[in-house]
Amino acid sequence: MSDAIVIAHATGESAAQAGLLACRTCGLLSRANRATVSAKCPRCGARISAHLDRSHQSTWAFIIAAAICYIPANTLPVMVTKTVGGTHPDTILGGVVRLYETGSWPLAVIVLVASVMIPLGKLAALGHLAVSVRRRAVVHAHDRARLYRIVEAIGRWSMLDVFITTFVVALVQLGPLMTVKPGAGVFFFMAVVILTMLASHSFDPRSIWAERDERETALE
Amino acid sequence: MSTLSKTEPVACSACDLLQVVPPLLPSSKALCPRCGHVLASGSTQTPSRALSLTIAAGITYLVAQSSPLLALSAAGRSSSTTILGGAAQMWNDGHQLTAVLVALCTVVAPAIYIAFMLTVLLAVRNPPAPPLTGTLLRIAEAVRPWSMSEVMLLGILVALIKIAQIADVVPGVGIYAVGVLMVLLALIPSSLDTRRLWERIEWDDPAADLERARENES
Repeated sequence: MSDAIVIAHATGESAAQAGLLACRTCGLLSRANRATVSAKCPRCGARISAHLDRSHQSTWAFIIAAAICYIPANTLPVMVTKTVGGTHPDTILGGVVRLYETGSWPLAVIVLVASVMIPLGKLAALGHLAVSVRRRAVVHAHDRARLYRIVEAIGRWSMLDVFITTFVVALVQLGPLMTVKPGAGVFFFMAVVILTMLASHSFDPRSIWAERDERETALE
Repeated sequence: MSTLSKTEPVACSACDLLQVVPPLLPSSKALCPRCGHVLASGSTQTPSRALSLTIAAGITYLVAQSSPLLALSAAGRSSSTTILGGAAQMWNDGHQLTAVLVALCTVVAPAIYIAFMLTVLLAVRNPPAPPLTGTLLRIAEAVRPWSMSEVMLLGILVALIKIAQIADVVPGVGIYAVGVLMVLLALIPSSLDTRRLWERIEWDDPAADLERARENES
């Protein structure tokens, strides 16, 4: 699609500087004092918080939980293949190696990116974003905003391995000849994906710019 | 019912900067000048295009859920699976929580999104739509990231190639339906200007709506 791109006209101040609160769901601007009383967006009924969350406590909780689950997700098998010849467990990386050895290296690369690089990159990126907001950083805001957009856009793709396992397990049920069972790793792996998605949803990207806006107001 | 005038500023949801979004042509989008976030996209016309896409998505969803995705045969044995069948096998193998979450991302979330958007798009044809419409739109927007048909499609294709090394795999109707569903689900939000939808829905708090209307008049 060849989308025409229009740049909106900035007014030069943020909603917070103008004493307004924007609803994250429907975009309605409410006067900050009013919203503090009801804590609900009058138009769509979504919860709006009067104060910008800069501690990102829930984001940290999700990041830490995801990092803990990342270890069993990679050390425990995600798939166990039972054949006449014996039982063969496969971890995530083992599955990648197996795809590579059987000649489908493009697939091996896709799974490696989705299952290893994206979750690790997300954890590092969200950690960096939360730390920089806490340290009240003002520099590289554009890069941090872009980093957040990338994290939001690609996070879901790490669910890939869970779906591969689900459908291989569902199909390869050939009795004694060959049966594939899910391993304990698949649960932890899915936990990593869901927890990192929750972590990025709970991060408020407006906090990246809040420090800049406040220093600007202080100068005026 | 108060409506936002075209010159009224909106706040960027990603950086909070107040700005005025110029009127948009169909298939164009407005970016925030500060952070580059997409502020508004799609057409400023009535949401009938989104409605037809949603109806098509609903039909495709039913086909995708009811037809077999893949079938396999080896040494006289054969098996096939549907989307829900994949989650069911996961459940039977003792991974109930994983099964439930797989079903949420592949069966429940797309169903909620399609059903709720269908209701919302039908309701906003006669504005003002009742406040319940707003609740449905809010839930639909919240479940959208959890509806993962495109990731599932790639997962099915990788599974197909993996299994093809040990047995004969035949792709079923379901796999094509998932492909079409993926495209339709991506087109629905891009054919909609959500801000315009909200303008056609009655407020959750009618007192605040009246107060605002009075302020606009004075």
